[in-house]
Amino acid sequence: MIAEIDIAQSRPSKRRSGTVVARLTNVSKNYGEVRALRSVDLDVHAGEVVAVLGPNGAGKTTAVKLLLGLAAANWGRVSVFGGDPRNPENRMRTGAMLQVGRVPETLRVREHIDLFSSYYPSPLPLADALRAAGLQGLDKRPFGELSAGQKQRLLFALAICGNPDLLFLDEPTVGLDVEARRVLWDEIRRLVGRGKTVLLTTHYLQEADALADRIVVINQGAIIAEGTPSDIKAGTAGRQIRCGSSLPIAAICSIPGVLEVRSDRDAFVISACDAERVVRELLTRDPYVSGLEVTSAGLEEAFLALTQNNAQPEASRRIS
Amino acid sequence: MSAVVTTLPSAAIQRPLRQTLAIYAKEAKYDFLGRLRLPVYSISTVMFPVMFYILFGLLLNRGHEVGGVNVAAYMIATYGTFGVMGASLFGFGVGVAMERGLGWLQVKRASPMPPFAYFAAKVVTCMAFSAIIVLLLMTLGMLFGGVHFGAAEALKLLATLVVGSVCFCAMGLAIGSFAGPNSAPAIVNLLYLPMSFASGLWIPIEMLPRFLQRVAPLLPPFHLGQLALGVVGAGRGANGQHWEALIGFALLCLGIARVGFQRDERTSG
Repeated sequence: MIAEIDIAQSRPSKRRSGTVVARLTNVSKNYGEVRALRSVDLDVHAGEVVAVLGPNGAGKTTAVKLLLGLAAANWGRVSVFGGDPRNPENRMRTGAMLQVGRVPETLRVREHIDLFSSYYPSPLPLADALRAAGLQGLDKRPFGELSAGQKQRLLFALAICGNPDLLFLDEPTVGLDVEARRVLWDEIRRLVGRGKTVLLTTHYLQEADALADRIVVINQGAIIAEGTPSDIKAGTAGRQIRCGSSLPIAAICSIPGVLEVRSDRDAFVISACDAERVVRELLTRDPYVSGLEVTSAGLEEAFLALTQNNAQPEASRRIS
Repeated sequence: MSAVVTTLPSAAIQRPLRQTLAIYAKEAKYDFLGRLRLPVYSISTVMFPVMFYILFGLLLNRGHEVGGVNVAAYMIATYGTFGVMGASLFGFGVGVAMERGLGWLQVKRASPMPPFAYFAAKVVTCMAFSAIIVLLLMTLGMLFGGVHFGAAEALKLLATLVVGSVCFCAMGLAIGSFAGPNSAPAIVNLLYLPMSFASGLWIPIEMLPRFLQRVAPLLPPFHLGQLALGVVGAGRGANGQHWEALIGFALLCLGIARVGFQRDERTSG
């Protein structure tokens, strides 16, 4: 029905040659009946940014928790810097930003950072940590009086204040406005420029695209695609076509490259993995196409494409 | 996969002892500061025993004697026990339940914090609040209740209650390792208030119904209460047995807490 995603031939990321600093090998994790991760293999190489992309409940946070040694795998091996993630010496080289419901609210920003900095052998100066997280001037404010975005930024500050080599960021930009998100992205890029390694989870394709050297797409606990951002976008049916057409819906469905068609008021909305080809074919078949619009598909469409592509799930398309 | 997994050389594998101690101190300092600035904890845990003491120990029963001693002295021991128990149960039970249930504990666990520092800090905070409560009660008793404590006696009472409070830190930890963040305060109250009453901390044990007098020795607050009463001259039973009961109960609670934390790792991670 649609073109194969040819991830197997994707070019390796520029940083792939680095040493593996974090690795999941054939890892499965169950929470009771729920299979949070199913035979997942994941490598993070020194100096690269890996984005784990997936919808809520896909298993992203579970993967991070395993790599942080907060939960134990039911099956498989988890290693960080070649050892157990719970080793104190590994933790001293690792920073983590997790999704937290509530942080002690009566402590001030600088007190939180002061405490976390003290855990590490060579932390950043307070002023640097504040600047990196965009919290200048807020250092005396109690946590409880920060805005949602500022709270998120403090959690980022706690992750980086120890100047760690490896950073795990679980949905770092949730709750941030556009401006704050850009600032955080810039900061993550600066960290990578200084040789840090970053694994972040997100459910924004755009965010993964903006930051990552490599994207790992995960759904229902399994990796369904992995590659550079351009590989993933090429493979994820990036776009949606909206137009009026006199063709019946079945005829549109039969055009190669069309993933899904639905009719929306007086127009059709077509999800396609190869928009140019579909548009060309559409214009040939129907001279009366009107109001043609092509837009980038959201993650929802991207997932639709990827999950449909992987109707036979096993990871034959995975690189390596 | 061409890349190899190696153990990268790390600069500072061992943390010097001095730095470890500094972390413990900082952890305790900020835990205490955070609590002190939280009126729902700091005001209520201190004010409840003080209010009860003023009412029942200083105003209503003026001049009476219980168990052969001035009621104002007797009730420093019992409301002191009540106070340190509250500070520990709420500090640990509600504190740990919140931080565990809402993800903060995971951030701490993922960091290179020495894991025991988290608990040690909370014990120090609870002990500090316990000491404040006992000192306040003794001051009030000596100023307004005609209580005469020598320095040795005052120190012994303070030390007994503050050391004994660790047993309730363990109990709070056991509650906090299972309870959800919203239910923890209710669970703590449901255990704290009936136990205090049945252990003779509100009304002297001699005045409780016979049935309750028999149940009381099963409850840990009874034993700490008797130890404290022993210092003011109104204790029953052998101190050694009371300490044994408290230590046994604390160990049981630590075991329960361990099960709770292990369950977390399996189910929610």
